[in-house]
Amino acid sequence: MASPGVRVLLLLVLVSSAHGDASGINRTRGNRTLTPEEEEDSQQHHNNTKAFPVLSFNFEHVRKPFEISLWILLALLMKLGFHLIPRVSHIVPESCLLIVVGLLVGGVIKALDSDASDTNSSVPVLNTKLFFLYLLPPIILDAGYFLPIRHFTENLGTILMFAVVGTLWNAFFIGGMMYGVCQIEAAQLGDVDLLSCLLFGSIISAVDPVAVLAVFEEIHINELLYILVFGESLLNDAVTVVLYHLFEEFSHAGTVTITDAFLGVICFFVVSLGGVMIGLIYGIVGAFTSRFTLHSRVIEPLFVFLYSYMAYLSAEVFHLSGIMSLIACGVAMRPYVEANISHKSYTTIKYFMKMWSSVSETLIFIFLGVSTVAGPHVWNWTFVIFTVILCLVSRVLGVVGLTFIINKFRIVKLTKKDQFIVAYGGLRGAIAFSLGFLLTDTHMKTMFLTAIITVIFFTVFVQGMTIRPLVELLAVKKKKETKRSINEEIHTQFLDHLLTGIEDVCGHYGHHHWKDKLNRFNKTYVKKCLISGERSTEPQLISFYNKMELRQAMMLVESGSLAVLPSLTSMQNIQPRDTVKQRVIPSISKRREEEIRKMLRSNLQKTRQRLRSYSRHDLMMDPFEEDLSEVKFRKQRVEMGRRVRLTETHLNVHNSLSFKGMVSQMGYSMPLQGGERKENKQMKALKMWGFIMFIFS
Amino acid sequence: MVVKNCLLLCPVFVSAVSHSQITRLYSRFTSLDKGENGTLSREDFQRIPELAINPLGDRIINAFFPEGEDQVNFRGFMRTLAHFRPIEDNEKNKNPPTSEPLNSRTNKLLFAFRLYDLDRDDKISRDELLQVLRMMVGVNISDEQLGSIADRTIQEADTNGDNSISFSEFIKADDQRHERTWKHRLDTHIVTYVTAGVTNAGSTGTR
Repeated sequence: MASPGVRVLLLLVLVSSAHGDASGINRTRGNRTLTPEEEEDSQQHHNNTKAFPVLSFNFEHVRKPFEISLWILLALLMKLGFHLIPRVSHIVPESCLLIVVGLLVGGVIKALDSDASDTNSSVPVLNTKLFFLYLLPPIILDAGYFLPIRHFTENLGTILMFAVVGTLWNAFFIGGMMYGVCQIEAAQLGDVDLLSCLLFGSIISAVDPVAVLAVFEEIHINELLYILVFGESLLNDAVTVVLYHLFEEFSHAGTVTITDAFLGVICFFVVSLGGVMIGLIYGIVGAFTSRFTLHSRVIEPLFVFLYSYMAYLSAEVFHLSGIMSLIACGVAMRPYVEANISHKSYTTIKYFMKMWSSVSETLIFIFLGVSTVAGPHVWNWTFVIFTVILCLVSRVLGVVGLTFIINKFRIVKLTKKDQFIVAYGGLRGAIAFSLGFLLTDTHMKTMFLTAIITVIFFTVFVQGMTIRPLVELLAVKKKKETKRSINEEIHTQFLDHLLTGIEDVCGHYGHHHWKDKLNRFNKTYVKKCLISGERSTEPQLISFYNKMELRQAMMLVESGSLAVLPSLTSMQNIQPRDTVKQRVIPSISKRREEEIRKMLRSNLQKTRQRLRSYSRHDLMMDPFEEDLSEVKFRKQRVEMGRRVRLTETHLNVHNSLSFKGMVSQMGYSMPLQGGERKENKQMKALKMWGFIMFIFS
Repeated sequence: MVVKNCLLLCPVFVSAVSHSQITRLYSRFTSLDKGENGTLSREDFQRIPELAINPLGDRIINAFFPEGEDQVNFRGFMRTLAHFRPIEDNEKNKNPPTSEPLNSRTNKLLFAFRLYDLDRDDKISRDELLQVLRMMVGVNISDEQLGSIADRTIQEADTNGDNSISFSEFIKADDQRHERTWKHRLDTHIVTYVTAGVTNAGSTGTR
């Protein structure tokens, strides 16, 4: 088993050789000119026919895709490699490791390129277009589509306060203080004016969603803190966009007037609300489209991705907040799309999104490392150190101050522990870097970039690595791992109705009142338009229950081993019982057992053989799966559950039951269900199998 | 004047609800009271339109009326509403309560429990659960399916095997939810932000 180190080395060699080939343009050019020479040669040597080049080398042809694929492959192999070193991956978050890899790769490339001319360096840098158009959207879409809506809306006020007011405070504080620092004679920073400082402050002030996601996902913190920090990182995009453009315009113009400031405030509202509006429009259109995809299930996931991406791009056209547009699109689309699409498409969407966002994240961190090595750097001790210190200080002050105000309005106050985690979780990341990259080329730009990179490294490495032990130390509540039970769901809905009722009695239009109104509007008008078929009138409780049962039934079908039947037994044993119930297992002769096993095996095998071949254009459902279409499945599950319970009650009686008795019991209950459903062999086999599992468990 | 009398006669309220809040809720009370006789009847409650479409509307209304009575005065009105005031941290330390305050978590949950448990036998039977489910879910769902949901719910919550949910099991279910949502969902801002409610109550007295 080759150690990861050797593997890394091999990879690096491979990459460098690819780059060596790429940068060796001479060779390929030489190749192209070789063929006429070859012709001549061959004509000289072979009088009749010119030699057909059996093997030729033409790299330019596939250069671009080849490089891209190689980079992605490298990123993914790195990711794989980390998990083989368990000790390291526990201490160091993945993002740090990836940056280190990026540094190494960048170093290697630079070393290889050092013989080539400096102006033609082929080190790929995280250029802004690549980042904002290709790498960032998948991560944001993944975050927005799977955003926990309930927690988000319950804390929306707090999140907005942190995002808007907190970011503004950060930007102005850092900008102002840096200007003060620049006035110090000894720093030789006299040429940095106030507007540039404010611009720098606005770039560095925003908490970065990519970095937050990367770090917070590994520490499994409780949902409140997660949604506070993460929500803030998403929503502060609007503020960042506005401030950035504002200060950039001003630094070109030179002077600021009151009307400009006022326009800036208006611009903020336009940017954020406009972005959300665009996202909502695309989301609704996407949901509407998904209503008609009944006959072309294969392309359903694409609609989700494309509509979301279009929302992002459309927002970027108007310089509105693309991130907020993407989030709004995902949030708006999700409930309706999920009611419309098939289960397979749902799985596809989930996994593709996770895959793309994972790849993007990895690539971002690696490129960050590479760009650090590549870019020109201007290191100014005072500037950098003060930036880092001021970032920390302003973050802490901002969080503490805002929490003091916010706690007056919250029912559940934020404790000191929470505040600490929120302040400590304010990581900066690649967005700051890309925004810095967008600046016009001046001497200050490189200095800013160096400072930005230092801050990013500091937050990701130091804060990222220490946050996990700190969370353990402070005993911060972790995320509850168990899935939501039907009990909880009913209870939550019950309480919702109760509190809405009480609020109505008091005549108070509070949180519950508006939520109830929105739900009612949703149910009566929106769902009817956007959801096809019978699902449009399905109450939420039922769809939740069905999803849960579907999940369990899938587990039941997929679990092939005799030993475990998790769902059925868990249904009995959700609360551990003290008294062990005496279960009498009927004795079956060995011969009979074998018979049963053979029968089941042959039936199940036949099932697999009946799979038809499929064409690329439609997923034809094989007969096994046709029976498993959702509506029928539900009915089957219900009656299967009932049958199991029936047999359970019989088994728990202290009599010995013959096997035949049980089968007849099973046979007995069959006519109970509606006679319309045809029972074919496969379903019988499946049920018997499940039944036998139950006995043998 | 009525308010001051209330404050004098019912010191328990002083600990649960503050003076200004009482005034505001009194305005709401009078706006609901069409007969102007100082008490509310069930019809007065039913006149609130949102309550009519609330699945639990009837039960909430019933919760205001003590056993067997048809009228509720302001004291009873406040008593029920006082359950929903958020638990203040400073309150806990100020004066050690002699009896459990009305808005403690247990009392809140008891209130909710009584909404399920109509026959007051301190247990939520399968039938009672089915009734509540039927109210929340509407008419389109078959009895079978509702039955299986009810069975599943009882199975999950029931620890002592009596096929019904007792109050302690109910509290445990709320514990789960409480852990997940980290807050006392049974609090609302009503008693804190009733200023908005007052203006609405005044203008919408003729709703």
